[in-house]
Amino acid sequence: MRVFAIAEHRFGELNSISFELLHLANSIKGSGTSEAVIIGRDVAGFARELVRHADKVWVISDESLENYNPDLYIDVLLQLFRIETPDIVLIGHTSQGCELAPYLAVKLGGSVATDVVGVNVSNDAVTVSRYIFQGKLMVDLKITKLPCVLTIRQGVFKEGPEVNGEVINTDIKPSRSPARSFVKFIKPEVGEVDISQADVIVAVGRGIGDASNIKLAEELAQILGGVVAGSRPVIDSGWLPKDRQVGISGKTVKPKLYLALGISGAFQHVIGMKDSDLIIAVNKDPEAPIFGVAHYGIASDLFEIVPLLIKKLKEIRG
Amino acid sequence: MLVKHAASTEAEIRIGTDGKSLDTRGLEFEINDWDRYAVEEALRIKEAHGGEVVVVGVGIDCDPTLRKCLAMGADRAIKVPIDTGMDPYLTAKAIKEAIKGEKFDLILAGVMSQDLNYSLVGVLLAAMLDLPFATAVTSVKIEDGKVRVLRELEGGYQEEDVLPLPCLLTVQSGINEPRYVSIMGIKRARTKELREVKVTLGEPTLVVERIYHPPIKKAEMLEGDAPKIVDQLIEILKSRGLI
Ligand SMILES: Cc1cc2nc3c(=O)[nH]c(=O)nc-3n(C[C@H](O)[C@H](O)[C@H](O)COP(=O)(O)OP(=O)(O)OC[C@H]3O[C@@H](n4cnc5c(N)ncnc54)[C@H](O)[C@@H]3O)c2cc1C
Repeated sequence: MRVFAIAEHRFGELNSISFELLHLANSIKGSGTSEAVIIGRDVAGFARELVRHADKVWVISDESLENYNPDLYIDVLLQLFRIETPDIVLIGHTSQGCELAPYLAVKLGGSVATDVVGVNVSNDAVTVSRYIFQGKLMVDLKITKLPCVLTIRQGVFKEGPEVNGEVINTDIKPSRSPARSFVKFIKPEVGEVDISQADVIVAVGRGIGDASNIKLAEELAQILGGVVAGSRPVIDSGWLPKDRQVGISGKTVKPKLYLALGISGAFQHVIGMKDSDLIIAVNKDPEAPIFGVAHYGIASDLFEIVPLLIKKLKEIRG
Repeated sequence: MLVKHAASTEAEIRIGTDGKSLDTRGLEFEINDWDRYAVEEALRIKEAHGGEVVVVGVGIDCDPTLRKCLAMGADRAIKVPIDTGMDPYLTAKAIKEAIKGEKFDLILAGVMSQDLNYSLVGVLLAAMLDLPFATAVTSVKIEDGKVRVLRELEGGYQEEDVLPLPCLLTVQSGINEPRYVSIMGIKRARTKELREVKVTLGEPTLVVERIYHPPIKKAEMLEGDAPKIVDQLIEILKSRGLI
């Protein structure tokens, strides 16, 4: 198999997913090759890092490629793939990868699967594994059309061999100006409380039900000397400010205690809290995926557990 | 405006006896959460700039979701009555066929479906129609012939982009506060057009081999009645020096 991995970078830093893609590429290439593609302006340094884990690194560099633009990225990738034909293209399951993968798949006349956590290649047949229902179930899918473009979940393929291949500088340039124009980046807002610095986090999810119930979490957080944070739906509903959001599009936290109340455990949330020292989850659904990352689980109604916990903690404090 | 009649993730989800399908009897269906925000955004754009909102749904039983969108204020609906299984490529292709002959300025979709979580149909359709596109949009401003958007990146960062019309955007949750359906809205929806468009199902690209429960490392579950659970919890917190 000829397996390509599209490296990703932003703000002058190579995203570690780039290496994870190469580790996966090396493990499934068989007698084929693992080939990274790096697109940008001054990316020679990135190419040197990537080549330690790839048979080939294709460098596509141009001033106009300084910031990611899907129209330009797709344009140059299609130029490369017209000559260097892929069997499998791996891309990170990121804000950028989720734009590139489907578009490329259509233009390559192939297929696409996203948020993949396992890839199996045998006798040229490709099968992928992925979660559905936000982590509750898994499915194995047979890909019936190559080339296939796969977006890969972050943090799954962390280890891999050194390969030490060659860097190939291409003279590929964008062939047209992009339809979509990039204007600027906007930094996250800074709030009063930085949840990433807290030792104790009481995190609430959609299961908290209503804005008026947030005070329950606040009371518990106060007794434990912690702060209240939330999953995305809680922030979307305006029950907590945006800077309290834990997860891929919010903050990454690593407190001593992460108490998850009414949070299902979707990967976009889990990625932001899984390295906490102690994770305790309360969820009335015993099948909730949060119990896959928690150290201790309580399969009960949070409105039964939390008030009682507050009461007993108050008694202890006297 | 693309909408999905999607299975809720909260109910117990049973695997079919063949090990490759879902037992739909246990499932509850509703409008996909991300699509609620997208419909609301479409309605707001119409209210500010005029025009028509047409919702498109793929699925044999997607009528309740299409009716809900009509009740929210969409003008008409197109239903594509086919089952595309777990193959978003087929869904996008079906939509492309179904909207042939429709003139549009903007196509909106949700970022992701709450049940299958692919995040594919929107961008696949953009590619099939050669449309400019942007995903995970958190703000949409129409400016003569163009649209200015904010896109969500990782870690709270956002990016501002400008796209020409027509284009396709996938809408991120939280962009607005979706309206509730009023009794009047439901009444009015009954008289609105819901047209079925038949298309032929394409060749599959993804075939389900097996559906199963994830082989996860399970948390140690605290058992008993609530007081007993809370006592155990307090012991754990004590032993870690957290109280
Ligand atoms: C591009 C993208 C980025 C995203 N970024 C983020 C992010 O940064 N952070 C994030 O959190 N999500 C993010 N998401 C959303 C994510 O996919 C999930 O939709 C979200 O995390 C679900 O939040 P939740 O667990 O609170 O809600 P749900 O999934 O709705 O879960 C609610 C849970 O509460 C339980 N429950 C209900 N009532 C009770 C009760 N009384 N007692 C106990 N339990 C109860 C239910 O059993 C259920 O498990 C993102 C999604 C996308 C597509």
